[in-house]
Amino acid sequence: MKNFLSKIPEQVKRLSVLLVIIVIGFVVVTSYLVPKDFGVLGHYRASAVQSNANKEMHYAGQELCASCHEDILKTKMQGYHKNLSCEVCHGPSLKHTDEPDQFKPNKPRDRKFCPICHEYNPSRPTGFPQITSASHNQRKICVTCHNPHNPTPPQTPKECEACHGEIARTKSFSAHADIPCTRCHEASEKHKLMPREYLPTKPVKREFCGGCHATDAKSAPEIPRIDLATHEPRYVCWQCHYPHLPEAK
Amino acid sequence: MEKNVIELNKKVERRSFLKKLAVFALAPLTVRILAQDEKFKKVKKWILDNGYVPSDHKWGMGIDISKCIGCGRCADACKNENNVPRDPFFFRTWVERYRIFENGDIKVDSPNGSIDGFENIPAKEKILRSFFVPKICNHCENPPCVQVCPVGATFKSEDGVVLVDSDYCVGCRYCIQACPYGARFLHPVKHTAEKCTFCYQRIVNDKLPACVEVCPTQARIFGELNKKASPLVRFLRMNKIGVLKPSLNTEPKVYYANLDMEVK
Ligand code: HEC
Ligand code: HEC
Ligand code: HEC
Ligand code: HEC
Ligand code: HEC
Ligand code: HEC
Ligand code: HEC
Ligand code: HEC
Repeated sequence: MKNFLSKIPEQVKRLSVLLVIIVIGFVVVTSYLVPKDFGVLGHYRASAVQSNANKEMHYAGQELCASCHEDILKTKMQGYHKNLSCEVCHGPSLKHTDEPDQFKPNKPRDRKFCPICHEYNPSRPTGFPQITSASHNQRKICVTCHNPHNPTPPQTPKECEACHGEIARTKSFSAHADIPCTRCHEASEKHKLMPREYLPTKPVKREFCGGCHATDAKSAPEIPRIDLATHEPRYVCWQCHYPHLPEAK
Repeated sequence: MEKNVIELNKKVERRSFLKKLAVFALAPLTVRILAQDEKFKKVKKWILDNGYVPSDHKWGMGIDISKCIGCGRCADACKNENNVPRDPFFFRTWVERYRIFENGDIKVDSPNGSIDGFENIPAKEKILRSFFVPKICNHCENPPCVQVCPVGATFKSEDGVVLVDSDYCVGCRYCIQACPYGARFLHPVKHTAEKCTFCYQRIVNDKLPACVEVCPTQARIFGELNKKASPLVRFLRMNKIGVLKPSLNTEPKVYYANLDMEVK
């Protein structure tokens, strides 16, 4: 053993002492600097979970509003706005629930407010009720005719365009511009009141289009004809022709 | 001989000095390590002040793209709830509009994160399909942002939520670079990293994240991943699900229904 130690060069011995001191120094210093709760749950300070949880809330959530405004919630649950949170319109109102008289929520009566959701935009999914605010009953604010808590329009929309604006606009530039929606879709009045519960029909057979386009169809002479038997018989027509824009070119 | 004895004494002195030094240095350390060990044994479950136990939960979010109307109320509510600076470059959640043209071009825009709405599309644009995509931190199971943090100031909590310890963050921006989803930013005043926390202050109190609370069409679904009676589990059962950038193996916990292949 002694023999072995004496074989190690002196400078290596001294250096290793230095090394040991540095390592110990490092361990001691880090053990004092690293916070106590670091590493308890993982490579982080466990108390940071609490400080994230301690941040101040601003939105109360619809359930809280209901405890004082039950009537309004009841109205809302019956109408089209049933899925809307009170605070999407009235803004964050947690403070109001603590001190109702001190803090009053916004009342968004401005005409600019409702179009945030309802302005026509072709990227919106079909079926979503949209208007062009520049032409929809200008000069009056929306709440004069629509109760914000149950916005069912004073009369049923006449046009399919109200909720299918994108399709209606596409069709209006197409060869089918003059064919009314209801020539191809049987839509009951109920569809305009409860759209998802009463869906309209859609054509199911090639012969439906053939009614106007087949060679032997009794329809206006300017309508282009195809031979049902030979014109792509393995497919239904709308696999190739978008019925609201049927042009092939 | 005499010299040797002196030499020997010296050696002994040095050795005992080193010994003492070692004892002085290591004693507190061992005590600390032992204490730590003790702590480890005690902390079976970490419990927050209000009784919330992180390890009892596993949170995730579902987003149905076909339901999003692009109203931007989520992005707005997020800023209200979390005091996110109002400038148009700081978002914890935002909505993008995708426009895919007949010639294959793709345009993605998100003016002010969707808060002010989107311009109508000019009629002359030849669009094949167009839709809105809400974006948010994906709360990855393997979060790259956590891996790169040099001080352990961002972490995946036991309930799966990726959080920031803003008292410990040194503002080095590594995590912002590492996030493949662009979901982080540096707070312009505090100079610490910021990101979506699923509104941690809300979910520990049994409330929905603000963006989910205000979504008018239920395009966003929030809930437990590991409990059967959860709206999120139904969402995952009933839809064809996609996640963003699956090839990176980040394993997002934000799940998209009706995700278009062009969405990055
Ligand atoms: C503790 C009971 C309570 C709760 C909870 C509560 N409110 Fe109220 N709210 C009141 C009272 C009281 C008034 C005052 C009625 C009045 O002035 O006629 C009021 C008035 C309002 C008004 C009208 C303000 C005005 O300027 O006229 C709105 C809007 C409103 N509340 C929305 C909400 C919303 C949204 C919530 C849920 C986040 C909510 N309230 C929760 C008690 C409550
Ligand atoms: C679509 C947006 C919207 C939603 C959702 C909404 N409100 Fe309102 N609320 C309004 C508007 C706009 C007014 C102002 C109506 C007016 O001045 O005629 C209003 C008025 C009120 C008032 C004042 C009294 C009254 O009846 O005019 C109360 C109270 C109120 N809302 C509570 C609620 C509560 C509670 C909820 C949730 C259950 C809710 N609101 C949901 C838009 C909304
Ligand atoms: C945060 C988004 C949002 C805001 C803000 C909003 N709405 Fe709505 N609105 C909706 C949703 C969602 C529906 C339900 C659509 C459905 O059932 O598909 C709806 C339905 C409607 C309908 C029913 C249309 C129909 O005949 O089907 C009307 C009318 C309406 N809203 C008017 C208003 C008015 C007026 C305001 C302003 C006080 C307003 N909305 C504010 C989201 C919103
Ligand atoms: C003068 C009364 C009046 C005013 C003001 C008014 N609406 Fe309407 N709104 C109607 C009527 C009537 C209908 C149903 C018939 C129709 O389609 O025009 C309707 C229908 C709607 C629909 C369903 C889609 C549709 O076209 O059928 C929406 C959404 C709507 N309105 C939103 C709004 C918004 C948002 C405002 C404010 C910018 C507003 N309305 C202002 C009377 C009004
Ligand atoms: C009040 C709004 C509204 C009006 C008005 C409306 N629709 Fe709809 N429509 C919807 C909704 C919502 C859907 C369901 C969309 C979905 O499921 O994605 C729908 C779906 C449809 C479908 C598809 C059915 C299916 O099985 O996929 C057709 C076709 C349709 N509507 C035709 C019409 C026609 C024709 C009219 C006019 C007579 C009309 N709609 C008026 C809201 C409306
Ligand atoms: C020439 C006949 C025809 C006319 C006119 C027509 N449709 Fe259609 N529509 C169809 C066919 C066929 C389908 C099925 C398409 C498919 O499944 O690919 C369809 C599908 C739909 C759908 C569901 C699928 C989609 O494209 O989103 C809606 C909604 C719809 N039509 C609404 C309308 C409305 C609103 C109008 C009037 C503005 C209208 N349609 C006019 C033939 C027609
Ligand atoms: C009510 C009769 C009618 C029905 C039903 C009908 N069409 Fe048409 N179609 C027309 C008319 C009218 C034109 C335009 C003729 C013209 O250019 O003047 C047309 C044009 C077309 C064109 C040629 C467009 C072009 O100019 O290149 C195609 C393709 C077409 N329709 C496909 C269909 C399909 C597919 C269906 C079934 C979903 C269908 N049509 C149902 C009346 C009809
Ligand atoms: C496999 C795709 C496909 C299917 C399915 C299909 N078409 Fe076509 N159709 C075309 C193409 C491509 C053209 C244009 C080339 C041509 O002029 O032959 C066309 C042309 C037309 C034209 C215009 C002819 C002209 O003279 O301008 C009409 C009308 C038409 N189709 C109607 C129909 C009807 C009705 C059906 C269903 C019975 C149908 N198509 C099914 C692909 C299809």
